[in-house]
Amino acid sequence: MAHAYTPGLRVTEETLIEKVRRLPLLGEVLVKKGDIVKPDTVVARTELPGEPHTVNVANILGVEPEDIEHFMVKKQGDTVKPGEAIARYRAFFGLINRPAPSKVAGVIELVSLVTGQVTIREPNIPVEIDAYIRGTVKEVLPREGVIVECKGAFIQGIFGVGGERTGIIKFVAESPESVLDAADIKPEHRGLIVVGGALVTGAALKKAAEYGLAGVVAGGIIDKDLVEFLGYDIGVAITGHEDINTTLIVTEGFGKITMAHKTYDLLKELDGELVSLNGATQIRAGVMRPELIAPEHKARHAGEAAAVVSEGLVAGTPIRIIREPYFGMLADVVDLPPELQIIETEAKVRILRAKLVRTGEVVTIPRANVEIIEG
Amino acid sequence: MAEAQHQQPKYDLGREIKSILATDCGSTTTKAILIEKVEGEYRLIVRGEAPTTVEKPFEDVTAGARNAIREAEELTGKTFLTDTGVITPRQADGSGVDIFLSTSSAGGGLQMMVAGVVKTMTAESAQRAALGAGAIVMDVISIDDGRRPHEKIQRIRHLRPDMILLSGGIDGGTVTHVAQIAELISAAEPKPRLGIGFKLPVIFAGNKQARTYMQEILGQKTDLRIVDNLRPVLEREVLGPAREEIHNLFMEHVMAQAPGYNKLMQWTPIPIMPTPGAVGLCMQTTAKTYNMHVIGVDIGGATTDIFSVVGDELEFFNRTVSANLGMSYSVSNVLLEAGVANIMRWVPFNIAEEDLRNRIRNKMIRPTTIPQTLEDLIIEQAISREALRLAFLHHKSLAVGLRGVQKQRSIGDVFEQSGSGDTLIDMMKLGMLVGSGGVLSHAPRRVQSALMMLDAFQPEGITLLAVDSIFMMPQLGVLSTVHPQASMEVFDKDCLIRLGTAIAPLGTARQGEPCVHIKMTMPDGTQVDEQVPFGKMKRFDLPEGQSVDASVGPARGFDIGHGRGRSAKITLEGGVAGIIVDSRGRQPFGLPEDPMKRIEKLIEWIRALDAYPQEAFQRIVESRQ
Repeated sequence: MAHAYTPGLRVTEETLIEKVRRLPLLGEVLVKKGDIVKPDTVVARTELPGEPHTVNVANILGVEPEDIEHFMVKKQGDTVKPGEAIARYRAFFGLINRPAPSKVAGVIELVSLVTGQVTIREPNIPVEIDAYIRGTVKEVLPREGVIVECKGAFIQGIFGVGGERTGIIKFVAESPESVLDAADIKPEHRGLIVVGGALVTGAALKKAAEYGLAGVVAGGIIDKDLVEFLGYDIGVAITGHEDINTTLIVTEGFGKITMAHKTYDLLKELDGELVSLNGATQIRAGVMRPELIAPEHKARHAGEAAAVVSEGLVAGTPIRIIREPYFGMLADVVDLPPELQIIETEAKVRILRAKLVRTGEVVTIPRANVEIIEG
Repeated sequence: MAEAQHQQPKYDLGREIKSILATDCGSTTTKAILIEKVEGEYRLIVRGEAPTTVEKPFEDVTAGARNAIREAEELTGKTFLTDTGVITPRQADGSGVDIFLSTSSAGGGLQMMVAGVVKTMTAESAQRAALGAGAIVMDVISIDDGRRPHEKIQRIRHLRPDMILLSGGIDGGTVTHVAQIAELISAAEPKPRLGIGFKLPVIFAGNKQARTYMQEILGQKTDLRIVDNLRPVLEREVLGPAREEIHNLFMEHVMAQAPGYNKLMQWTPIPIMPTPGAVGLCMQTTAKTYNMHVIGVDIGGATTDIFSVVGDELEFFNRTVSANLGMSYSVSNVLLEAGVANIMRWVPFNIAEEDLRNRIRNKMIRPTTIPQTLEDLIIEQAISREALRLAFLHHKSLAVGLRGVQKQRSIGDVFEQSGSGDTLIDMMKLGMLVGSGGVLSHAPRRVQSALMMLDAFQPEGITLLAVDSIFMMPQLGVLSTVHPQASMEVFDKDCLIRLGTAIAPLGTARQGEPCVHIKMTMPDGTQVDEQVPFGKMKRFDLPEGQSVDASVGPARGFDIGHGRGRSAKITLEGGVAGIIVDSRGRQPFGLPEDPMKRIEKLIEWIRALDAYPQEAFQRIVESRQ
């Protein structure tokens, strides 16, 4: 029982990264196994059926649904233009002339004599997916997509908003405790990914969006600043589809929280490198965390590349405490007593003892409230 | 208990069952329980638990099920597993069990979209059918839902449900309206969530005159199933056939495509049930067994399910799922829907709004953490009150009588305009309130669970409060289809923890005025003769398994179920929290609006019930003044 495993966020200088790029519907794969791809290489394509529009012909013409076939000027399969009549009611030698026009361009898919409705389908919508990262096509999923592979640095954040983007890292943080404020964001950062320290302020985010930054990475964010940035409040932790130009990744959580040294140091090393990032977070079945990938980044420290699989919580493991009263603090595991212990709430839980990095104090923490700083 | 023994099982294995192994594959953990017949009665022997393995890197649900069962093997020293699955029936050497069963909510559970013609009639019936079968209803489409046709089409295209349930029209009525909805679905060409090349299953349970047209319009594009109309006439709702088909499709489409389920399905002769569907069955059996109205709640990390079994003949069963009200993944949504002020009103100390908001967000992004400080526990329990309250409001709005039905009224009804469409939930008639889910089942002091349920549900009159000890209701629900007796025996003895009885007079008065007078002789002979004034709470210790005959006398203007001011002799059941007298008022509930007075009252009630460790609580109160 001395070993326990609490998965943490991965922060690694060099590892093998695979990305599945899958179409929403079956389609055509445009690359083959072994191809070298860039983030913007289109790897697969399909066509979504166009938007359908319904016209209630029976209502417009004032006839019974089963009679509309007598008034149709277009039939199933015909092409129509916007404004073109698809049915027409004529009476009294043309004195009454009531057309039922189509609002869109498309093809007549259905003429319903039950409801009197006509469905017009707009042209198909092409959908393409790109490679997202620089790498090699490892596998082709016939008609579905591909798996792209690369070797490089990989950093997981805890929470993010905004979708996939590519850009060059601009490291501006002065320390893991520093605050990324509006003054740190410059017009010349357009298209770049700016990295701050413990906090990104609401004003900084606003400026980042204004100047067209591709992304912002920081330790934490104040809840109300996020709400202001998005223009609405987030209810469920499923993000990535926000209508914003700048992707945000926070590495530690909500509030001002010192960025873990390992994350900070690696991001500093990545200064000037082209990276792909995605703020998409989904904390439900199949946890998805925001990520930053630097393809082709080589480990500068010996042995780093091999440290992929964590051996779990053992004495000496570096951890981050993720709940009050030591929230956000970094520590090293001292020991993991096997027996359950009663904590202040009177709950009986498995705990560990850890030494706080900043003060050296040894504290007791429920094991559920720590996260391994993964290699 | 006797009644449960007489219930007929849905499945008959044709052999005596003495040992049962059942798993529930939840979205985060897979729980296994072993039940055996010991000295003539069925009892829980051991339980095992392991992380669910539907997601990467395992992508095989049986791996987690095996791990959970292996824990049961280690604890009993018996063998239940081979390379091919669970050994059934039990062997001469003691290995194996007589039957293996399973429920599942892993991989997002069953996600459905429902459609009907009129929002408050056939669409509502379809919604009840889907919810009762254990689904999460992603959206309800109807002709009169206020959206324009293209908006409905957009919505159907955007969502990728596991299946659609389409209803509409009474048998022999007009076909036009339900055909309109079918045409919208056809135009949208919806795709299922799982299986990229598969057709979406659509169940048609509407006007039987429309069947041919449904076949014409949806037969090619979808996997169309036709079942009996769920509203054959306006006055009757027949949900059984639709629910049955939902379960069949759940097995064929959802389970068959979820990783590893094909293997798990081969381990058992009984269909795997969606977890909430199984809990619903368990609730229905409970209500029938104890012969009382029952409300059950399961508050999870992502969703809160509420079940009710009510009616003079316990004929109304309803289940609702509030898909985005939960204590971890969805905790931010509780904040969003309830608002900060509603959460703070349950916190007995001052806390800055920004601090509270950041804490809630951090719980959302790190959902597996637990409160370490008492302050954090109190905040979490405050949030749970709001999640439960909102989920219950949702439930009451859907657990209603059939709308659109003409009701005969007598002269006595003139002043009480309670027509069709009113909620079926009558808190005064409620017999038992059962809670489950981490925040209720694992509260460090059981009285905390009782207080959370009292605050959130506000039962009236006399109500038995209970919690599910280790959340085994899903397994007991599916077991009830095979062996109702075993299911209820384990439920009664090993699953249900009785918290005690709540006495909550309906009515209001000024603080300190008379509210209720209790007289009883406790099992140790102590005489209780106490007036509990309005605005107070009082707790009397009475252990689980014991009961007392009490005389409960409400003051003038108050009602405990026998009329205003009318006393009654009642047998009160004990429990781990004892008997709780809640004289805080009902309709309205008396929580002061002034923050200082509110905090003062909360502290008083917490102390009266001894809900938190005194020293630590005192420290917080002093430091947060």
